[in-house]
Amino acid sequence: MAEIQTLILYGSLFTSLFFEVFLLITYLEVREELNREESYLGRNILKFPTVTIIVPCFNEERTVDNTIRSLLNLDYPKEKLSIIIVDDGSTDGTGRALLRFESHSQVSVLSKENGGKYTALNLALEKVESELVGCLDADSFVNSDALRKIVPFFQDMSIMAVTPSIKVFEPKSVLQYLQKIEYSWGIFLRRMLSSIGALYVTPGPFSIFRVRVFRELGGYAPGHHTEDLEMALRMQKHRYKIVNSQGAHVYTIAPKSLGALYRQRVRWTYGFLNNALDYREMFFNKKYGHIGIFILPIAASSIFSALFVAISSVWHNLSRVIDALVKFQTVGFNWESSLPSFDWFFINTGVLPILALSAVMLTLIILYLSIKMADGQVRLSRGIFFYLTLYIFIVPLWLAKAVFNTIFRRQVNWR
Amino acid sequence: MINSKKYVVAFAITAVIFGTAIFVSNILSQKKLEDVRAIENRVALDILSSETQFALLEETSCKDIGPGFLSKELGSIGEKLTYAENQTEFNNEDLEYLKRSYFLLEIKDYLLMKRLTEKCGVKPTFILYFYSTKDFCEDCQRTGYVLTALRDKYPDLRVYSFDYHFDLGAINTLVSIYKVKSDLPALIINGLIYYGFHSIEELEETVPALKELAARAKALEATATSTPDRD
Repeated sequence: MAEIQTLILYGSLFTSLFFEVFLLITYLEVREELNREESYLGRNILKFPTVTIIVPCFNEERTVDNTIRSLLNLDYPKEKLSIIIVDDGSTDGTGRALLRFESHSQVSVLSKENGGKYTALNLALEKVESELVGCLDADSFVNSDALRKIVPFFQDMSIMAVTPSIKVFEPKSVLQYLQKIEYSWGIFLRRMLSSIGALYVTPGPFSIFRVRVFRELGGYAPGHHTEDLEMALRMQKHRYKIVNSQGAHVYTIAPKSLGALYRQRVRWTYGFLNNALDYREMFFNKKYGHIGIFILPIAASSIFSALFVAISSVWHNLSRVIDALVKFQTVGFNWESSLPSFDWFFINTGVLPILALSAVMLTLIILYLSIKMADGQVRLSRGIFFYLTLYIFIVPLWLAKAVFNTIFRRQVNWR
Repeated sequence: MINSKKYVVAFAITAVIFGTAIFVSNILSQKKLEDVRAIENRVALDILSSETQFALLEETSCKDIGPGFLSKELGSIGEKLTYAENQTEFNNEDLEYLKRSYFLLEIKDYLLMKRLTEKCGVKPTFILYFYSTKDFCEDCQRTGYVLTALRDKYPDLRVYSFDYHFDLGAINTLVSIYKVKSDLPALIINGLIYYGFHSIEELEETVPALKELAARAKALEATATSTPDRD
């Protein structure tokens, strides 16, 4: 049993090291391209395609106003940009908040009975007449140059969707600061996945599609409450190209409390696992390129290996705590003998700790590059501290719940 | 089209990291075992020196025995070997060899101690401790804590610990001399065998020499602090 446990630990470490090395190699490959994008993207656009942005709302009275205003502030020709707001049966003051936009020439407001985000999106999709269409969740805001940094990608006729970089809007709580760093990591990861054609999510906040994607592949599906993930997988399955515009910044309000974050992440992980099951034929299938052969398998296996490592370390630390308790019970507390020994002999120099240290070092390098990519500079912030100290303890909570729900076929809730 | 070269390069780099980790870990564990071996050599030399001194004693008096007569480093070898046993990175054969020489050194030290007791009438301040690594023995773990705490409290106390099931003739002989049963842990104090777990308080009651050690340690401390500076 112990041998199997060690083997799985070695396997998990090898896989995560391999993935980190793979990401760093990819980064070295696209570094020049990133610099070019930063300097020229969004300037001297010759042709502005028509764009519709759909804003599905369900009880978003507090944030929807700012969301719409940020869209109206987009640096984009007014006649080329229209906004469709769908009130998906809100029970709070969202309807009233939307009234003030009804007379706006660029905005149209639709109302329907509550049916879930995908139904709201599909209703709006029926009305869309533009070349491009996107969605913006009603708890997110766009930078004024976001659309200008997205549309140039569509000059390449093979590109079917462009995703933005998502950042946390004005973090205030410990968990929001932590998520700010996590989102920076996400920005780096998405950009790297984009360059190998392996993006598996077209996020709700401001992913822009060619309208023909929906005409050809159909509208949004329930997608186990992660319709943006399902859409991306469906596109990948049909070999529709998705890329990421790292310079297009969108801000989202991250969950403030642990409960809200936990529910959101259970939904995301559950959605990934179940959509991955639905699209399992893509796994290890060369036909789908990097996403099939490497990214989907590693994304799925990392959920299980992270859980395994978490359970192993809990078990390991639990037995150490029990030993310490037995010692305390036997001889009482002696601060002299309880001090850590400074003899190097007692430092664990096994292969596993050295490998884990290597993985941590690579993680720190990637974290540095991620923050630099997201914020333009790296400063030691409280977010980095919270991320490094708290994140590993909370992630296993939602991973375990999502795996549990998947195995026992329990549905997850939106909120 | 998949760029398989990237996978090969990533795999090679990861394999190099893995290889380096294994290499570094091996080097460090070898270095640790060498450290233990070096301490064992020092202890062997200490014992040889003490034995020589003891042989000379036949002609001189007990007063000539200085405070550093017995080696102080046996305890630290024991701690290091116990730690190494619970780690996976050490070579088992090397570890077995080091354990074997540690037990033999303990027995030699013990014999020297006994002869010192007989010749100079020093009251015994040593404990023979038999434990088991073969089966799970919670009382052995607890007894280990008690003996470590006692040794911290009384630095002159000598604790000789032996793995009951270790395949070593000298341990078997000790076991048969004291008729130690496999009902572990077992402590031999002043020729008497105590089975099972005993707390610090119980042992302090059982071994009066511990109290004397404590008194001696206090007296020494008092002398050290009250000695005037000669400079």
